[in-house]
Amino acid sequence: MKEIRTFTARKLAEKIKQKEISVAEAVQAALEQIGSVEGEINSFVTLDEEGAMKQAARIQKEIDSGELRGPLAGVPAAVKDNLCVEGLPATCSSRILENFVPPYTAEAVLNLKKAGAVILGKTNMDEFAMGSTTETSAFGITRNPWNTDYVPGGSSGGSCAAVAAGECFYALGSDTGGSIRQPASFCGVTGLKPTYGTVSRYGLIAYGSSLDQIGPVAKDVADCAAILEAIASYDKKDSTSLNRKDRDFTAALKDDVKGMKIGIPRDYLGEGLEPDIKAAVLAAAKALEEKGAFVEEFDLSLVEYVVPAYYVIACAEASSNLARFDGVKYGYRSREFEGLHQMYKKSRSEGFGPEVKRRIMLGSFVLSSGYYDAYYLKALRTKALIKQAFDRAFETYDVILGPVAPATAPEIGKSLSDPLKMYLGDIYTVSVNLAGLPAMTLPCGLDEKGLPIGLQLIGDCFQEKKILTAAYAYEQTREWKNCNIQEVSA
Amino acid sequence: MYIREQEEQTLQEVEKKQDKNIISDETIEYVGILAKLELSGEEREQAKKDMKEMLDYIDKLNELDTAGIDPMSHIFPVNNVFREDVVSNGDDRENLLKNAPETKDGSYLVPKTVE
Repeated sequence: MKEIRTFTARKLAEKIKQKEISVAEAVQAALEQIGSVEGEINSFVTLDEEGAMKQAARIQKEIDSGELRGPLAGVPAAVKDNLCVEGLPATCSSRILENFVPPYTAEAVLNLKKAGAVILGKTNMDEFAMGSTTETSAFGITRNPWNTDYVPGGSSGGSCAAVAAGECFYALGSDTGGSIRQPASFCGVTGLKPTYGTVSRYGLIAYGSSLDQIGPVAKDVADCAAILEAIASYDKKDSTSLNRKDRDFTAALKDDVKGMKIGIPRDYLGEGLEPDIKAAVLAAAKALEEKGAFVEEFDLSLVEYVVPAYYVIACAEASSNLARFDGVKYGYRSREFEGLHQMYKKSRSEGFGPEVKRRIMLGSFVLSSGYYDAYYLKALRTKALIKQAFDRAFETYDVILGPVAPATAPEIGKSLSDPLKMYLGDIYTVSVNLAGLPAMTLPCGLDEKGLPIGLQLIGDCFQEKKILTAAYAYEQTREWKNCNIQEVSA
Repeated sequence: MYIREQEEQTLQEVEKKQDKNIISDETIEYVGILAKLELSGEEREQAKKDMKEMLDYIDKLNELDTAGIDPMSHIFPVNNVFREDVVSNGDDRENLLKNAPETKDGSYLVPKTVE
């Protein structure tokens, strides 16, 4: 049993196909691990043990009959709690949605189910995906499996910690400004944010609609490619969904970067970046160079403007998206109020946590008459310039390589008191969302504290395959091929 | 003398810049109305401070010349998705109402809104 949980998703599916392991055994292995570490890690908001065993029985039959043959058939997975799964609570780690049980399933999760996934439960996150540490969750913090005194990152901290701790074989997260890549990096796992529009957002509870994308969190690059292949689809129910023809992402798993042009933004290596991270990232670049890639540094420009532009746009969209939580159709309603308007105000004020309120207030302000041009339109103009800067870079380079965050995971309790400082940690991730680009992160070393360091690879729109090839080739050079399952001492 | 004047002027500019984003009680009240949030006294003071800090930081965008640049809301063109006007989903009323805090006769129940 102990061995099973060290398998990648693809390896486990292969063993299931060969009848060496049953789906039920795989689920039991995950549940056993959850049982032994969850008290310490707290990756999950909702666990569906009974449902998982039922799914396992059904999926086993479909595998045995030959109906299900894919590379993920029978593999237990976890889903971030801002994705709807029919019959399971979707809380977004917020009091306001504590009792919300969606009557439908998100398109990305439906696609996973079609691929034979067993959904174990819903993972913890920063409230409404607003945060970088998973400490803004209303249902308790999640701890980093590498060292439980540290945060797992956020907002998909539960998904990344669950994969790192061997509580599931892979997970879905969402990435609005780095919410898959940063926690994946902090937890030493592999994560991918696809090109905007590649995965349907239907059933994803919205934060910043023009920025949100669902993506995989897994143990290695090949798993990420297989999961993305399963969840990517054109969906009429999401008006921003793209009808892509090139969804055969696993075809990019080639150990061949000869002639690939890789650019490292000089502006990503400057002041503020921890020396351990800089060294690890440059060593990864060197490994790719030795395999035949052409690597050089260049000036991307505008890097100091990405965080302010992002927070204006994300908060503006959040203030609009979160207007729906008013205590009428779903979610929390205040017990005492006088009249309709006070009911709205009290329900929202009691239901939302401080970080969510902070962002709704800022978003309402930058959209208000008199400030709209100066802040919101200014940020959208800056976004256009940022997109142009990436367009110029991708005229020369196939892939942009850099760090994921300026520092490794912070200690628990050290981030929330200074929000601005926390936001500045998003400097290398948010521009990818503003420009709609695909990007992935994979482990490239450990810092002096023994915490994982992530490498970020960014591609032009629709070029997931290029970053997958670069990531796969780098992974082959790394001694530590799959993520280590962290032995949590409870 | 000339240098002195310039120093004073710069100082004034700095002060003006620092003052620019001070959030008044009226502003925070107004934003609270827009955001439909009722803040306690302590929360209001914190919100004023947080918003000022963020706006001071966001003002960095003013260093950028964006004249002639169109605001970009979406990366790809967003088109309307049309379909025939035919009902394709079933009647899910009961399921949807299950999540409502209060219902009555198959509808959402809210406090009286019209006298």
